[in-house]
Amino acid sequence: MVTRTTPFEGQKTILEEELHKLAGSVPDPELPVLTLEELGVLRAVHVRGGGAVEVELTPTYTGCPAIEAMSADIERVLHEHGVPEVTVQTVLSPAWTTDDISDEGRRKLREFGIAPPRTQRATGPVPISLGPTRTAAHTPGGAAETPPAVGPEADPVRCPHCGSADTELLSRFSSTACKALRRCLSCREPFDHFKEL
Amino acid sequence: MTVTAGSTAALALGDDALVLSHRLGEWAGKAPVLEEEVALANIALDLLGQARVLLSMAGDEDELAYLREERDFRNLQLVEQPNGDFAHTITRQLYFSTYQRLLYAELAAGDGQFAPLAAKAVKEVAYHQDHAEQWTLRLGDGTAESHRRMREACEALWRYTAEMFHPVEGVDVNWKDLETSWLESVSAVLRRATLDVPEGPRSGAWTAGAGRQGLHTEPFGRMLAEMQHLHRSHPGASW
Ligand SMILES: [Zn+2]
Repeated sequence: MVTRTTPFEGQKTILEEELHKLAGSVPDPELPVLTLEELGVLRAVHVRGGGAVEVELTPTYTGCPAIEAMSADIERVLHEHGVPEVTVQTVLSPAWTTDDISDEGRRKLREFGIAPPRTQRATGPVPISLGPTRTAAHTPGGAAETPPAVGPEADPVRCPHCGSADTELLSRFSSTACKALRRCLSCREPFDHFKEL
Repeated sequence: MTVTAGSTAALALGDDALVLSHRLGEWAGKAPVLEEEVALANIALDLLGQARVLLSMAGDEDELAYLREERDFRNLQLVEQPNGDFAHTITRQLYFSTYQRLLYAELAAGDGQFAPLAAKAVKEVAYHQDHAEQWTLRLGDGTAESHRRMREACEALWRYTAEMFHPVEGVDVNWKDLETSWLESVSAVLRRATLDVPEGPRSGAWTAGAGRQGLHTEPFGRMLAEMQHLHRSHPGASW
């Protein structure tokens, strides 16, 4: 029997912290090397009256199909640990960004052969270009490099295999919406790049 | 179903996303190269995600998607236009993603009911717009054949572009400013792609511009039949 202490607003109880750890340790269904905590999509775990638990989850992309599998996995793990009632809610705000991926998560992505997203320092409203837009050179047959809203030239996407900064974009969209396909010009290996969002 | 200004707006924006998502999905198995197959499917998936959030604000997403009649859809006529050749699809993408990015950026900056979704979706749409722009440049400034096809597509779809800026009840943005920004942005891309900015009217003789009122073009009925067929034949089916 768990007795719930009354926390101050926004303060987690010991039980909530423990359940947060459990839910956060669930692997991402599409990139199982990452946990939901490392991906930064687990927003909150609340214990309500009667032992019911409410989990707040945010999707990476609005249409991310993995969110349903994530919810089911969280429910299963918490049930296995004796929580009788689990509700997983999807929250959109504040919008998830690739900056929410932890350092450990980035390290694991690289180890897995995926170039992690570059950090975007911009805060506030989403930058938007009007009128003459990005002036990336368009070479026939080759896709231009500049991703929207991010990606300073000074911060190249590095090959996760050999670390070379000499890489080129092959396709803006790869196996999933969150990745782009690139190729390393040093070791010639193609690789996925987790796009900045 | 009670129709409030909020749900009218959610239907308009949600139907745009749903219908375009379905059109882009029609490219599956037919895109010119594998990378494009994946790109168009991913863009369709982003739009489907937006549609699900928006339609859920107006009612039951499945009922709204699968059980409404043609006249009850509030999408722009632009997004229901058939895929045509690849140039038509890219032009439709250029016109719509530029509009959607500007609109969502405005909504994200406000504090209305659409702000949370818009803040999230505008980042996805930035990639859609970039994709459309890069293809517009490659095809417009490509071969004589690709240039001709792009020019024809730009002109053919131009008459559906005025409707985007007819004010939608419950969407609190400055539509005039939006239209000015859209024209500047699209014109700049077309000029860089060595394409002329079409000179024809931006709305058609009688129906173009009426999608928001439930008047749709002929190809939409066929698309809807295809989209709703499975659900209507097997209600509640899942796999
Ligand atoms: Zn390399």
